[in-house]
Amino acid sequence: MEAFDVDTTSMKNRIGERRKDFPILQRQMNGKPLVFLDSAASSQKPDVVTSAIKSYYDKTHANVHRGVYQLSQEATDAFEKSRATIQSFINAKHSHEVIFVRGCTEGINLVASSYGDAFIREGDEVIITTLEHHSNIVPWQMVCEKKGANLKVVHVDEAGEIDLDDYKSKLSSKVKMVAVNHISNTLGTINPVKQMIDMAHELDIPVLVDGAQATPHMKIDVQALDADFYVFSGHKMYGPTGIGVLYGKEHWLNKMPPYHGGGEMIKTVTFEKTTYNELPFKFEAGTPNIADSIGLAAAVDYIGEIGLDVISEHENDLLNYGTDLLSSIEGMRFIGTAKAKAGVISFLVGDIHPYDIGTLLDKQGIAVRTGHHCTQPLMDHYGIPGTVRASFGLYNNMEDLDRLYEALTRAVNILS
Amino acid sequence: MSDINKKQDELIEEFKFFDDWMDKYEYIIEMGKTLPLIGEQYKTEDYIIKGCQSRVWLHADMKGEHVHFTADSDAIITKGIIALLIRVLSGEKASDIAKADLYFIDKIGLKEHLSPTRSNGLLSMLKQMKMYGLVADSKGLVDG
Repeated sequence: MEAFDVDTTSMKNRIGERRKDFPILQRQMNGKPLVFLDSAASSQKPDVVTSAIKSYYDKTHANVHRGVYQLSQEATDAFEKSRATIQSFINAKHSHEVIFVRGCTEGINLVASSYGDAFIREGDEVIITTLEHHSNIVPWQMVCEKKGANLKVVHVDEAGEIDLDDYKSKLSSKVKMVAVNHISNTLGTINPVKQMIDMAHELDIPVLVDGAQATPHMKIDVQALDADFYVFSGHKMYGPTGIGVLYGKEHWLNKMPPYHGGGEMIKTVTFEKTTYNELPFKFEAGTPNIADSIGLAAAVDYIGEIGLDVISEHENDLLNYGTDLLSSIEGMRFIGTAKAKAGVISFLVGDIHPYDIGTLLDKQGIAVRTGHHCTQPLMDHYGIPGTVRASFGLYNNMEDLDRLYEALTRAVNILS
Repeated sequence: MSDINKKQDELIEEFKFFDDWMDKYEYIIEMGKTLPLIGEQYKTEDYIIKGCQSRVWLHADMKGEHVHFTADSDAIITKGIIALLIRVLSGEKASDIAKADLYFIDKIGLKEHLSPTRSNGLLSMLKQMKMYGLVADSKGLVDG
């Protein structure tokens, strides 16, 4: 018993010390120490990430892949090393299955557009779910409209869990793609994507997983999942903004036409005909975001050093502690009560508008997100205008949740 | 000094009493409760000003050359700030509304609520109020 206590404490202390790696958390907001509870929108950056970017610009920068000189070679090596770091982070089979994009949104648009061009025809169907982010709804709506295909939406229940029977009933030979998020940004539900992929594969339907919320919280193995496409954003996992990753199985990427045309993605260009470069360059037109890919690799190394299992356990402790604490507030209504949940607490209190709560929390130094969280159809499903959402990163601690509780109690007193 | 500026200066004086953000917001919320409520028939899609965060309904009535506003919002703080805007602008001459410089918002520390990124419908509402003033004013000129 004693030994167990010691182990738990030392692990927590280790992760507790990581807070100081994030200089921004020293800031004051409205005269109060900042409590940052909006990591699901974008996480803060440890100094190893910002210093990796600065060091690249100070010492290594030149354009990649074409230079004959040493500096360009060094920059190319650094850029391709980032790709290899990402490959091992998600356990991709080949490094050329890792395509650098601006973020999750661009990754999904790339697949919707390129895969859609090649494989989606009139009368075909694309399956998404009610709890998708707009980024995983709109690109599919656009391709369906263009191709005369139909978008099918799988229901979720009151707890915010995907209805797998409904999903099964919607799978058919007409379906050309299933697009689903790994973790819901609004509710925190961890979706059974492995099971959903297996079910789709029985009918040879490829699956795209939107992993924006998953990569900062849990170990991803794209081969074990057998995902056809897996997309994520750097800025939600302690990396820079403006960089993200599209993982795609080699055989799909090879069959898809390029997304953007330009430099880097070509083999030969004449005015009559252009032949395209090989993977991954076929999908990386123009000078890539070299510096931020290096920043993202630094973030991956940082997460790896702490351990995603440690992060995940820590965030789970925060989720349980926070849920218990907030449930004692009169009128508290949690939105999203799935059995498997990541570090997100979405809630409403009585009939108080989320905007009012968010404003009064801000006055007390607490940063939460309010509104529909880019999931309007999900809000319609619950019949609410939005929620207040507190979401956690590895740097949050129990004290942050105590502060949230106190500030929320005060706000509710004023507003009710 | 125009009546609009007189009313703005009054509000600035009133808000001087509050050192604490909490007192200030409690006062704003109270102000929201005194808002001349918009008729239910106007709480429709035609009169809505959509913000990403909160929704605002606005209706304007002309009485002579004066414009009277009624409004509502689903968020109380937004409603309180609407009450302040209405207190300053409603009942004033259309031409004065159209060219009003609303310096009181900054002076009483509520500028953040009228930022374009806040997306609470307030900035669009203010633009709409001025637009009503402008249209009413130009119509008045045509009629007169």
